[in-house]
Amino acid sequence: MSADKPRSFQEILLRLQAYWAAQGCAVLQPYDMEAGAGTFHPATALRSLGSKPWAAAYVQPSRRPTDGRYGENPNRLQHFYQYQVLIKPSPPNFQELYLGSLVAIGIDMDMHDIRFVEDDWESPTLGAWGLGWEVWCDGMEVSQFTYFQQVGGYDCKPVSGELTYGLERLAMYVLGVDHVMDMPFNAPDAPIPLTYGDVFRQTEAEYSRWNFDVADTDVLLQHFIDAENECKNILDNPEVDPKTGKRIIMVHPAYDQCIKASHLFNLLDARGVISVTERQAYIGRVRALAKACADAFVLTEAGGWAA
Amino acid sequence: MADLLLELFSEEIPARMQQRAATDFQKLVTNGLVEAGLTYDSAAAFVTPRRLCLTVCGVLAQSPTTRTERKGPRVDAPEKAIEGFLRGVGLTKEQLEIRDEKKGQVYFALIEKQGRPAADIIAELVPDVIRNFPWPKSMRWGTGKLRWVRPLHSILCILHDESGAEVVPFDVDGIVAGNQTRGHRFHAPDAFPVNSFDAYRAGLHKAFVQLDSAERRNHIWADATNLAFAQGMEVVEDAGLLNEVAGLVEWPVVLMGDIADDFLDLPPEVLQSSMREHQKFFSVKNPKTGRIEKFITVANRETADQGATILAGNQKVLFARLSDAKFFWENDLRVPLSDMVAKLANVTFHNKLGTEADRIARIAKLARALAPVVGADADLAGQAADLAKADLSSEMVYEFPELQGLMGRYYAQAAGLPQEVANACEQHYSPLGPSDDVPSEPVSVAVALADKLDKLTGFWAIDEKPTGSKDPFALRRAALGVIRLLLENDIRLPLLTVEGLNEDLLSFFHDRLKVYLRDQGIPHDVIDACLSMAGNDDLTLLVKRATALAAFVKTDDGTNLLQGYKRANNILSQAESKDGVEYSYGADIKFSETDVENALFAALETANTQIKPALEAEDFAAAMLAMAALRAPIDAFFEAVQINADNDIVRRNRLNLLGEIRKTMGAVADFTKLEG
Repeated sequence: MSADKPRSFQEILLRLQAYWAAQGCAVLQPYDMEAGAGTFHPATALRSLGSKPWAAAYVQPSRRPTDGRYGENPNRLQHFYQYQVLIKPSPPNFQELYLGSLVAIGIDMDMHDIRFVEDDWESPTLGAWGLGWEVWCDGMEVSQFTYFQQVGGYDCKPVSGELTYGLERLAMYVLGVDHVMDMPFNAPDAPIPLTYGDVFRQTEAEYSRWNFDVADTDVLLQHFIDAENECKNILDNPEVDPKTGKRIIMVHPAYDQCIKASHLFNLLDARGVISVTERQAYIGRVRALAKACADAFVLTEAGGWAA
Repeated sequence: MADLLLELFSEEIPARMQQRAATDFQKLVTNGLVEAGLTYDSAAAFVTPRRLCLTVCGVLAQSPTTRTERKGPRVDAPEKAIEGFLRGVGLTKEQLEIRDEKKGQVYFALIEKQGRPAADIIAELVPDVIRNFPWPKSMRWGTGKLRWVRPLHSILCILHDESGAEVVPFDVDGIVAGNQTRGHRFHAPDAFPVNSFDAYRAGLHKAFVQLDSAERRNHIWADATNLAFAQGMEVVEDAGLLNEVAGLVEWPVVLMGDIADDFLDLPPEVLQSSMREHQKFFSVKNPKTGRIEKFITVANRETADQGATILAGNQKVLFARLSDAKFFWENDLRVPLSDMVAKLANVTFHNKLGTEADRIARIAKLARALAPVVGADADLAGQAADLAKADLSSEMVYEFPELQGLMGRYYAQAAGLPQEVANACEQHYSPLGPSDDVPSEPVSVAVALADKLDKLTGFWAIDEKPTGSKDPFALRRAALGVIRLLLENDIRLPLLTVEGLNEDLLSFFHDRLKVYLRDQGIPHDVIDACLSMAGNDDLTLLVKRATALAAFVKTDDGTNLLQGYKRANNILSQAESKDGVEYSYGADIKFSETDVENALFAALETANTQIKPALEAEDFAAAMLAMAALRAPIDAFFEAVQINADNDIVRRNRLNLLGEIRKTMGAVADFTKLEG
């Protein structure tokens, strides 16, 4: 049952891509914006809405400013990669497909203890929730496994099955590395072997300093307000474009502003300028944007709308 | 008669929902059977992470045929009434029977309900149970409409006896009931058929599934304690964790591993929290060092290397977790407590009650004011209150909220603060419940009281009182905490002297006190009798009085004296309302006509001279004893003397003498409130 062991971070990523491609997923590329998690990619956040079948897999760079540790912590990073799979409707053998992906990256099912431990997922900013598990391999959380029940306030019909792998942590485990920065990024016998630290140690320190102490909070706050206003402005436009005469609802441009607002909130949070009571209010404002985008998306073709 | 075997096989059921689900499953199916007329001998439910199972033994092969009779309208009743009756019983007019009754001819319907085979009843019942199962949280999956806790994959449903087994045919949203189950996800994933509960249970055991959660629990605990014992160690008991872990595995394999030396100096509570919450590990203590030095983890499978890889993985995860905890611990130790407190100025406690820093200032002021009352040094109490909430802004408490207070103590100790201050950081949250320990060190008591009193007066001021079952700020618990702190430390604090504590809040305290004392065996009427007395905002005094009174009314003298008091009071009330005067002028012995009257005069005088100093000394037992001496003279008085004498002067004097009894006893407690 055991596959040969991968030797680098990127090999694990490539194997996941190949595996999910073989299962019929469209292998997409990362969304080109700062996001807190793979879920924010429109391929998940929007495509899990509506009746149209969908199957996608992709890597999403994820930013969590508060988790910055200047590159010193063995496994906490403010910038990391999530591997995301979304299949709608969730296939009956989704658990088996998932376990197959672990075999594909070299986890020997005969030697390890894989467990599905209750962990319900909720994204207050996306107005979304689902039921599922965190998947443990020998006590280590290697993935989130969720059946989406609601997104943007809408019941998911059909239900999407979602997988999220924390790539660094999973790879460290598979490769037997104790500190993320020591992990081989490319093949250790490549002409120019690079570790994860060669690629990211410096940026982790730079961003940690900026996130925690330097980012101009007044500017961030203004950006947040701008993104919020722009999102609303975009969606306030009439459905029919006066220039082309076509029905064009600009969901994705509006949703970009929602992603922006969410990340700006995370940055403000890391700067410690948001009090406990204000927190809820900010989250509510981002959720209102996500909800408005969801409302608009279900009126588009990709959202299952038929003229 | 046959036995029913049911299994609902799904993706992993959350551990915390399993036991309840097994109970509900058994109840819903067996109730349904009985309602349909199918009685049975016995039933048992089982649950693992992937299956809910029910076996019902001795189920009737079919429900009995029943005959019922219903009386209808008279034959000459309006046609509409007869039609309605026919609709109700589902018969035609020809099928009705006509009987002669006193008032004329009446229709009767004889309804025969044919017995039905058990399989038919079960095939209707089980889908209904599945569709309406009371999961605390359920979900849909794929394109289906069915809700279950996680996707439901197969249903096993057979009726079996000595002659064989039959599948009960039904389907729920496309899942067709059959006779197949599956074993352990990794060890034995293939489906296999079963024809009885015994074969099912044995087949599962061969397929690496321990069906019975009690068996899994016992297995885990026995192996864990054995492994620890072999190394001269002991497992820290944790029933909640044991239940949870038994709900995460079908085939438990217990493994013990080491905690790296780097972490043995972390506070043991930090190790325990970190291992329990995140990893579901049991802590293993070395009794010689008193430290937690190893952990127990429970895997869900056997491996060729006896779990070595699994254990190594778990150890590595723990290392990372504890590195984090150590990082928090060391970071926190670098931050002066005053800086931690300063951060709380940005944290809102409640939008109408200001920030945590505002709250701390109020608590500190109150703690200083209370210090002399509880025998604490005011400066120490103030200092302790200033710092007691500091750890709320520590990294460790952010990560492990359940360690609040405890970390405060560690950080205060590390900062070299006086031990009383450090202890107060931990103990000021206590007592948290009716059985939690109550702090006794004066500084801790001062801060604990101030913390709770501030909370209560604060929420009272903004009118956020508990209503019915709603008590979001745990104010009942806070009031009980104050009560226990005062009583168990014998503290004399008139609550109305506390700033912001009004009569309404005082009566809330009294209500909580009644609940608390009722649990201690002091009846509510005794408390009411004491509540009417002066100084009722001093709960310690109140309880002293109530305790003495409760003991007194249980004695023979007490019971009889109470009767005497009630008699005196009744006579007085009647006479007073009739005469429109109050007989409280004091009686004069010169109008006394009999020896028993004289004796009562003397007894009252003696009692008064004893009761007054006893009450002043708050020696309620002595006051009760002095009252007890009144019993015989009062009894004799009622026996021999007619109150309503013909001579009005004598009558009024006697009524005034009763008034004396009321006054004397009324100084001790309000006996009108006592029942019995």
